Amino acid sequence: MTIAEERSELAHEPDAGGHHGPSGIYKWLTSTDHKVIGKNYMYTSLVFLMIAGAMAMIIRAQLVQPDGHIVSQQMYNELFTIHGSIMLYLFAGPFAFGGFANFILPLQIGAPDMAFPRLNALSYWLYLTGGTTMLMGFFVTGGAAAFGWVSYAPLSSYTNSPGPGPDLWIVAIALTGFSGIFTAVNLVTTAFYLRAPGMTMFRMPIFTWNMVVTGILILIAFPILTAAMVMLYADRHLGTHFFTVAGGGSPVMWQNLFWFFGHPEVYILALPYFGIASEVFPVFAKKPIFGYKGLVFATLAIAGLSTGVWAHHMYTTGTVLLPFFAALSLLIAVPTGIKVFTWIGTLWGGNLQFKTPMLFALGFLVTFTMGGFSGVMLASPPFDFAVHDTYFVVAHFHQVLAGTAVFAGFAGFYYWYPKLTGRMMRESLGKLQFWIAFIAFNMTFIPQYLAGLRGMPRRIPVYLVSDHVTFLNQVSSVGAFLTGFSFLIWLLNLWISWRKPIAAGDNPWDGHTLEWATSSPPPHHNFTSLPPIRSQRPVWDQNHPEYADYNTEHDGTPKKGVEAK
Amino acid sequence: MKKLNYRRDTPSGPGGRRRLLGRAGWRTPVALGGAALALSACNVTDFGMHTGATSQGSDIFHLYQTFIYMAMGVAIVTFGALLYVLLRYGRRKGDGVPRQRHSNVKIEIVYTVIPAIIVAVIFFMTVGTENKVDAVSHNPSLNLTVTGFQWGWRFTYPDGVSVVSQGTNYPQMVLPEGETTKVKLVSQDVVHGFYVPAFNFSRYALPGVTNYFDLTPNKLGTFIGRCSQLCGLYHAEMLFSVRVVTPAQFNAWLSSQGKGATA
Repeated sequence: MTIAEERSELAHEPDAGGHHGPSGIYKWLTSTDHKVIGKNYMYTSLVFLMIAGAMAMIIRAQLVQPDGHIVSQQMYNELFTIHGSIMLYLFAGPFAFGGFANFILPLQIGAPDMAFPRLNALSYWLYLTGGTTMLMGFFVTGGAAAFGWVSYAPLSSYTNSPGPGPDLWIVAIALTGFSGIFTAVNLVTTAFYLRAPGMTMFRMPIFTWNMVVTGILILIAFPILTAAMVMLYADRHLGTHFFTVAGGGSPVMWQNLFWFFGHPEVYILALPYFGIASEVFPVFAKKPIFGYKGLVFATLAIAGLSTGVWAHHMYTTGTVLLPFFAALSLLIAVPTGIKVFTWIGTLWGGNLQFKTPMLFALGFLVTFTMGGFSGVMLASPPFDFAVHDTYFVVAHFHQVLAGTAVFAGFAGFYYWYPKLTGRMMRESLGKLQFWIAFIAFNMTFIPQYLAGLRGMPRRIPVYLVSDHVTFLNQVSSVGAFLTGFSFLIWLLNLWISWRKPIAAGDNPWDGHTLEWATSSPPPHHNFTSLPPIRSQRPVWDQNHPEYADYNTEHDGTPKKGVEAK
Repeated sequence: MKKLNYRRDTPSGPGGRRRLLGRAGWRTPVALGGAALALSACNVTDFGMHTGATSQGSDIFHLYQTFIYMAMGVAIVTFGALLYVLLRYGRRKGDGVPRQRHSNVKIEIVYTVIPAIIVAVIFFMTVGTENKVDAVSHNPSLNLTVTGFQWGWRFTYPDGVSVVSQGTNYPQMVLPEGETTKVKLVSQDVVHGFYVPAFNFSRYALPGVTNYFDLTPNKLGTFIGRCSQLCGLYHAEMLFSVRVVTPAQFNAWLSSQGKGATA
């Protein structure tokens, strides 16, 4: 007896699940359904990705020549500031913990919705308001904020950055900050209190675990950011002196506050995508995740360590205790290594299915590991002295962050798109997109390592012929344009799936976790009934009773008393 | 104001900003890029980094070299394992269910402990290099004050000699080879980054904070210096050059500058 059959009589009703709320545009505007809000988040953040990606194209076009004239220096500074701000505050985070987590987490734990549906809707509207506020900077006198996404004091003071653009940026960050905090409260509460019967903490899927840990990190880090933004605004307009030397303040304090948020932030951005990869690998290897508990503890360790490493962004300030922050930063390599080996261990001995989600997840694994190598180097202060604020760092964080958000993000998108919409994406186009993106992405960022080692600082619109980085920049720009092109293939794929849908069915990938135990897309309040939850993979257990986890020893042999099949 | 002389090959050649922004560079990039690749191919073991024109920079370069060797080892193991898995288990056909292994505590301990050991080794190497690079001399041969401002640099030598950015002229910092110069680094306005790529070294010039560090050049020549930390509109053009000369030449240069020669 399967879920689908139990639900079969409901399927004849036009609105399965008995929800009679508004439809069309009103549904999108007024809904408190986590699935609608999740989709809102996802599509909004993808629009922001396109906007910030277009900015990256302009930036790369400017750098094709040493003395490029595509944009003015002022416009260049505005572009990379808003590019970074959108990617970090408005795309990578909201796409994952606003989009995927909102949609998937309640499904994975068998919950009907998030714990606070209205707060959830408020989060989304705050986020949308914050995002548009940030973009409005381009339309005001003096232009958008131009001090980098890190907004170092005193460059961000009113004297050095006058005009309404920076204020709009500050307000935008504060609004999206609140949005993130509310979402985190919601996610953590939902995972703690709304789990279905049988869904113990150690049966939660890794994606859900990672979202819980991300939520806790957001609750630690985002209030610091919001407070810092309030201080910055007060310095600019209310005559306070938090960050001005003349008034007894300290510009270094800005850096401490910002990075106390900023470093947990990179794990806030990365952990959800680690979670996505941890869902995709087992399904497409037809195996359980290898070392589940080790993976959970590694995630917790990364989160714990990430709150104690902020000053590795400040090695060259000469104001921080280098060995302490070096030791903690290097230590992060251990749990991160555990994750990488866990994923390889999951693939080991599997029956690998190279579908599009799997390819993107593998692409993530490769770029992330490469970025990890440069990350370990950068954790060493003397090496950081040599390349701090150069393109080496730019290459590093794009490989770990952009590589993670784009490749694992697309892995998740292709993996859950059938659940989101009830439709399949075209495999051939997906694979084409992957290969172009993967090659182009590395073509973009590997030359940037070399440019950084040669001494090319970041955030410069012009460089010297004598720097010997022109060729490297040209390779990088071509790679960037090709990466941009790969997104067009994805848009084409979306358009085709919209015009000529192929029905997905409830569980097209032979998925393991509870979101595959309901229809695609799921009905209002998600489930009409649930399979018994006796392990981490209830849907797998149901579909493959002879290989059910609760009948299997850790090494894959049947438990005593269970007949071998 | 003292007129500064530049050699053709210095980054701040005649024409200064005009050269930086003026000529369209379509003719040269490919040739230069090829030359750049050829240059790096000459000495493969520098892995793209400057070998360091100061003793501190050389120490950092050697640390980097060791890191690269270690990274290569780890990469071979990690990517080798991944490649093996993909080739070995990627060719199965059909929907067959493989063995459902959940965990293997021994292997999990191995891949936890070995990275921890590697990281510990990196940490001790880091601290060793850091202590050498970060050491500040109590009796340096030369005390030099570097001031960063929007958008230029001032190098203040003893006896009131100072060199400062003037419009499109980038200032030159002169250092004696083989001698330790203690640099006092300050900022007049926003955060700047004192960065000499050939020295493998950068340090922030922070308003309200005074930073000290030593430079002990071990190579003669002229090197480009830059601002590494975004400091506003003309951040990209906050250039300077460093000329390393013999101590005798340095003394001659210093006395030729005279007392209070520049503004």
